[in-house]
Amino acid sequence: MSHTSYIKRPNRPLQFYAALFLIVLYVPVLFLPLFSFNDSVYVRFPLKGFTFQWYVELMDREPVWAALRNSIQVGIATSVFATGLGMFAAKAITRYRIPGKGPLVGFIMLPLVVPGIIFGVALLVLLSRMGISLSLYTVTIGHVIVCLPFAIATMIPRFEGFDPAIEEASADLGENAWWTFWRVTFPMVFPGVLASLLLTFTVSFDEFIMAFFLTGTDPTLPMYIWAQLRFPKEFPSILALASIILVVSFVLVFLGQWINRDAHAAASKK
Amino acid sequence: MTQNDAFISIRNVNKFFGKFQAIADVSIDIQHGEFFSLLGSSGCGKTTLLRMLAGFESPTSGEIYIDGQPMSDVPPHHRPVNMVFQSYAIFPHLNVRDNIAYGLRKQKLARAKRYEMVDEMLELIKLPDYGDRKANELSGGQRQRIALARSLILRPKVLLLDEPLGALDKQLREQMQLELRALQKTVGITFVFVTHDQEEALTLSDRIAVMAQGRDLQVDTPTRLYENPVNRDVASFIGTMNFFDGTVSAINDGIAKVDAVGLGEVRAGNVPSGLRPGQSVCLAVRPEKLTVSENAPEAGSNARGLLENAAYLGERSHYYVRVDGVSQPVAVSAQNRQRADGKAEDKRPVWLSWDENAFVVLEDG
Ligand SMILES: Nc1ncnc2c1ncn2[C@@H]1O[C@H](COP(=O)(O)OP(=O)(O)O)[C@@H](O)[C@H]1O
Ligand SMILES: [Mg+2]
Repeated sequence: MSHTSYIKRPNRPLQFYAALFLIVLYVPVLFLPLFSFNDSVYVRFPLKGFTFQWYVELMDREPVWAALRNSIQVGIATSVFATGLGMFAAKAITRYRIPGKGPLVGFIMLPLVVPGIIFGVALLVLLSRMGISLSLYTVTIGHVIVCLPFAIATMIPRFEGFDPAIEEASADLGENAWWTFWRVTFPMVFPGVLASLLLTFTVSFDEFIMAFFLTGTDPTLPMYIWAQLRFPKEFPSILALASIILVVSFVLVFLGQWINRDAHAAASKK
Repeated sequence: MTQNDAFISIRNVNKFFGKFQAIADVSIDIQHGEFFSLLGSSGCGKTTLLRMLAGFESPTSGEIYIDGQPMSDVPPHHRPVNMVFQSYAIFPHLNVRDNIAYGLRKQKLARAKRYEMVDEMLELIKLPDYGDRKANELSGGQRQRIALARSLILRPKVLLLDEPLGALDKQLREQMQLELRALQKTVGITFVFVTHDQEEALTLSDRIAVMAQGRDLQVDTPTRLYENPVNRDVASFIGTMNFFDGTVSAINDGIAKVDAVGLGEVRAGNVPSGLRPGQSVCLAVRPEKLTVSENAPEAGSNARGLLENAAYLGERSHYYVRVDGVSQPVAVSAQNRQRADGKAEDKRPVWLSWDENAFVVLEDG
C-alpha cells in the first residue's frame, strides 16, 4: 500500500494543538537561558546586552563545584541502585505470575503520585528515629525511592518485548539462571538499562524536595541554588547554572529515549 | 525404577494448570534412536508434554524417565535433552556462529576448536558461510536450521522439536521434512517431534502417539495407525474413514463376521480380544479400499448405492455414495486409470465392492 493509511494522514487541528502544547510547556523555561545571557543583574525587559559574564563567574565559585560533585555522586549511586532494583522488579512483573500483581505494581508506582513532601517528611522522621544522621547517603536513599518507578517504567517494555522462550532456550542449552541472565536477558534489555541509568541520574540530579529534607551539611546542586536565591545579586549566576542543568538534563533524557527507542516497537510487534 | 528398557518412559503423567487438566494419565515409551511424533489437533497438550520432557513444566503427578533416570528433580539445564522451540528462539543479539556455539561454554574449548565445530554444523545444515550473519537477517527456514544446529552441536540424547516446520511454506516444509529425516538417521539421536499435521507425522515417524484432549489415544507405527486405528477419534483424525454400525454374528481366526447396516454381511479384521458374537460394533473402511462400478461386480463382497456426488481431482476422483441405512454418504477414492469422460458427475445407481480385508472393527462400539 503506497498511500498513508487513514490514521497516519496529517491532521491540522492536532498539529496546531501539539505546537501550542509545546509552547505553553517550554516558553517559561526558555526565559532562564535568555536572561542568563543578559548583561544586567535584574530580570526584566528590555534586555540589555549579551554577556558570558555570569557563566564565567560560576566557574570561579568553589561551592558550586562542591555541590556539583555532591550531585554527581548522589546521581550515580541513585541511578545504579534504582536501575539495579528496577531491573529485577521489571523482570518479576513481566515474567512471573505473581498473585496480587496489579496492586503490587500500583504500589511500586506510588512515589510518582505521592507528594514528595510527604515522602520526605516520612523518611526524615524514620531516619531520625533510627538515629541515622543526615548526609548524602540519606539523600541517596530518598532519591532511589523517587527514581524506582521511573526505572521500572523504562525497563518494563524491554522485558515485555522479548519472547520468554529465548530464556528457556538458554536453560535448555545448559545454562543456569545466573548465566542465562548475563548471557541473554541482560544483553537484550541493556538499552533499557542504559536509558534507565540516564533517566534516573537526571531525576536525581534535578530533585529538590527529598534533598531539602534529607541533606546534611553537603548540599546538592538544587539545594545550593535554593540557598543562593536569598541573594539578589547572585540571581543571574543562578540562572546560568539553571540553564546548564536544563540543557544537560534534556540531553541525558533525550539520549536515553533514543537508545531505548525500539523497545516499544519490539513490545508491540510481539 | 526402570520397568522396561525404553529410553524415554512417560509413566502415568498428569498435568493440571489450575483446575484445567492439560495432560490426562499419559503413558508412553520411546525407544533409543526412534523418530517419535506426538500428533494431535491444536490445544490437545502436545507442547505441554514436550515441555515436561524438557523440564520447563513439571508433571502434577506421574514420572518421566530418560535413560533410566527419573527426571522430576532435574532442572532443564541438566537434562540430556535439547529442544527446538516453536518460535525457534534464536538469540537476537548474537550472530549465527555465537548462536550455534552458545551451549559450548561449559566445555571450555579453545576458540579454534569451537569454530571448527560450528563450521561442521553449518555444513550439516547446509548453511556454510552464514556464521557472521546477524539473527535478524535470516529467513524462517534458516532460523529453523540454526535452532537445530544449536541443539545438535551438544550431541543430546534426545532432541525435542515443537512444530518446527509449522511456520514454513508448503514447499520448504516438504524439503525440510526430507532433510530432517535424513539428519535424524545421520546423527542417530532420538527425536520427539510435535506436529498437528498428520501427513507430516506419517511421512517422518517411526512411531506416532495420537493425542486428543490431553490423552494418548493410540501409540503405533504409521501403517498400523492408518490401517488398524483403535477407535473413531484416531480413525477420523488420520485420513478419511467411513463408519458403519453392525452386529457381530461370528468370530473365527481373528476375523469377525458382522451384519452391517446397509452392507449386509461383512468380514472385518483388527478384532479386539473381548469381542463376542451378538455384540454391536463399529466398522470402518478407508475410501481407497472401496470400488465404485456401474455394473454388478462378478466376485467379492458388494452393496448397492446411489452416486450422489463426484469430485474429479486429476489423478484421482472422490465419489460420495448414498447407501440405505447409513447416515453419511460413503466416501470412495479411486485412481483415474482410464481417461475420464466427464460423466462421473451424473447421479445414478452404482455398486460398491471391496476386498476381504478392507474392513476393521473399532474398539468403541
Ligand atoms: N501455562 C499454561 N497455563 C494455563 N493453561 C495452559 C498453559 N499452557 C498450556 N495451557 C493449556 O493447555 C492446553 C494444551 O496446550 P498445549 O500443550 O500448548 O497444546 P498444543 O501444543 O497441543 O497445541 C491448552 O488448552 C492450553 O490453553
Ligand atoms: Mg503447541
